[in-house]
Amino acid sequence: MEEKKVKKIATRESYGNALKELAEEFPDLVVLDADLAAATKTSIFKKAYPERHIDCGIAESNMVGVAAGLATVGKIPFVSSFAMFAAGRAFEQVRNSVGYPHLNVKIGATHAGISVGEDGASHQCNEDLALMRTIPGMVVMCPSDDVEARAAVRAALEYKGPVYLRFGRAAVPVINDRPDYHFEIGKGSVVREGSDVTIVATGICVDSALGAAAMLEAEGISAEVINICTIKPLDEELIVKSAKKTGRVVTAEEHSVIGGLGSAVCDALCKSYPVPVCKIGMQDVFGESGSAAALIEKYGLDAKGVYQTVKGFLS
Amino acid sequence: MKNAELQKMANEVRKGIVTAVHGAKAGHPGGSLSAADMFTFLYFEEMNIDPKNPQKEDRDRFVLSKGHTAPGLYSALANRGYFPVEDLPTLRHLGSYLQGHPCMHIPGVDMSSGSLGQGISAAAGMALGAKLDGKSFRVYTLLGDGELEEGQVWEAAMFAGYRKLDNFCVIVDNNNLQIDGPITEVCSPYPIDKKFEAFHFHVISIDAHDFDQIRAAFAEARATKGMPTCIIMRSLKGKGVSFMENSVDWHGKAPNDEEYAIAMADLEKIDRQLEAAE
Repeated sequence: MEEKKVKKIATRESYGNALKELAEEFPDLVVLDADLAAATKTSIFKKAYPERHIDCGIAESNMVGVAAGLATVGKIPFVSSFAMFAAGRAFEQVRNSVGYPHLNVKIGATHAGISVGEDGASHQCNEDLALMRTIPGMVVMCPSDDVEARAAVRAALEYKGPVYLRFGRAAVPVINDRPDYHFEIGKGSVVREGSDVTIVATGICVDSALGAAAMLEAEGISAEVINICTIKPLDEELIVKSAKKTGRVVTAEEHSVIGGLGSAVCDALCKSYPVPVCKIGMQDVFGESGSAAALIEKYGLDAKGVYQTVKGFLS
Repeated sequence: MKNAELQKMANEVRKGIVTAVHGAKAGHPGGSLSAADMFTFLYFEEMNIDPKNPQKEDRDRFVLSKGHTAPGLYSALANRGYFPVEDLPTLRHLGSYLQGHPCMHIPGVDMSSGSLGQGISAAAGMALGAKLDGKSFRVYTLLGDGELEEGQVWEAAMFAGYRKLDNFCVIVDNNNLQIDGPITEVCSPYPIDKKFEAFHFHVISIDAHDFDQIRAAFAEARATKGMPTCIIMRSLKGKGVSFMENSVDWHGKAPNDEEYAIAMADLEKIDRQLEAAE
């Protein structure tokens, strides 16, 4: 049997590449980092455009404020750090200096979720989507692969206002490489049609959901898979439409089940079409050290884990 | 402007502060009054601005990092013609554009602020933006001395000093009082001058209520190349209103009707003294 080789790339790398690719088209684009350019991959941009890369040192609060100031004078700053520090440590700066004045600042947060791996719980941010969702006017995106990550960076640049972008450390399969792929802020997409259950997934869990759907199909269960890149504003129409068809919804995210995609989906469904919902994610626990793959498996975020949870939910 | 004109205008700014806070029945008069001469000098002499075109691209920028003293900024902006002085008593009222802390929707306000320590970073970002684009505008930011206890202030100072932002001017309103008492009895930020010097700032210490010293300090700041400037102005909290002067009680409290009448009488007396001196 011929083994199909799947191309893998970390979305943080897609982020760095996209910044570099879009630099000429968007001359006001500048990139800020906090001594993590090598890890966030803004080093790719820095190498090509050193004069437009501002390393702020290990001082994320100030970095967010500097970005706010740059935005008031016409720049389009991308602020980069690990999600833990961009959304966590600098939350109040993002809220008050960027969100409240609705400034054109983009936050490119890498190393989100438990796929950070060996660094352990102190660096595994499973709370960023929840934090960023609560800020009025903030667009929150979590791309699932290289294609979507690059499209999201472009969309963020074209959009005027604050945007939070969530990227991962680990290499993930490219799943959106198809000619009809189209990206739009606030639009989700049905990546697999089904009729028995809807799996709404974001980020690396989209691939897991597709894998789970294939396993479920072998057992005669037809799962619809929806890829939600934009968690805010959420494509409520698409989710409700699918829930009306299947009657049951499972959400899957590499994030706490409190406040992230699962909560956003529940908010949308309970407003207009309440159905039973099962939330896959970090179940109100901290992560731990280990390889990304081992952690994803342990916390039930891989295809097998999603498959098992969906099966349990349906029985 | 002549000093006598600046003094008269500063007194008008002070009347606006007291009137706004009285109208709001809340707010921060003490630190607004201590910085009233500075607000006046910035908006009537120092800064390149145009009240008819608040968004003028090459204008100098001002960020009120100690955002709770919004009544001082608003009164200066109103007296400068950005919006009607008559609107000042609507401060903090539901539906008024004059929010409790500075908000960019207000004509003339260059940055929303109020969470201490954040304004200086945004101001540094503006100054960096000017440098990146080779623009000549200058950026000013006013901090409280208690605000210096915020760690972010020193992140921003390190950044501005390291980046040699000589178009950037930090002003510290050193009135020596914060909510819980004298800054020396809460968590002293002294020595302020040596701290900013250590962060590669050119430091100038002045009397906050002497227009000759204020003018000379800004001239020196403009002439200083290769490093940002920090002007530490020793001020009197509540300046101009007898019962508010050097009183920690008037950090964040509004005068009642009776106190308002006394405050306005104090300021009108200053008017008469200024007129007599001419």
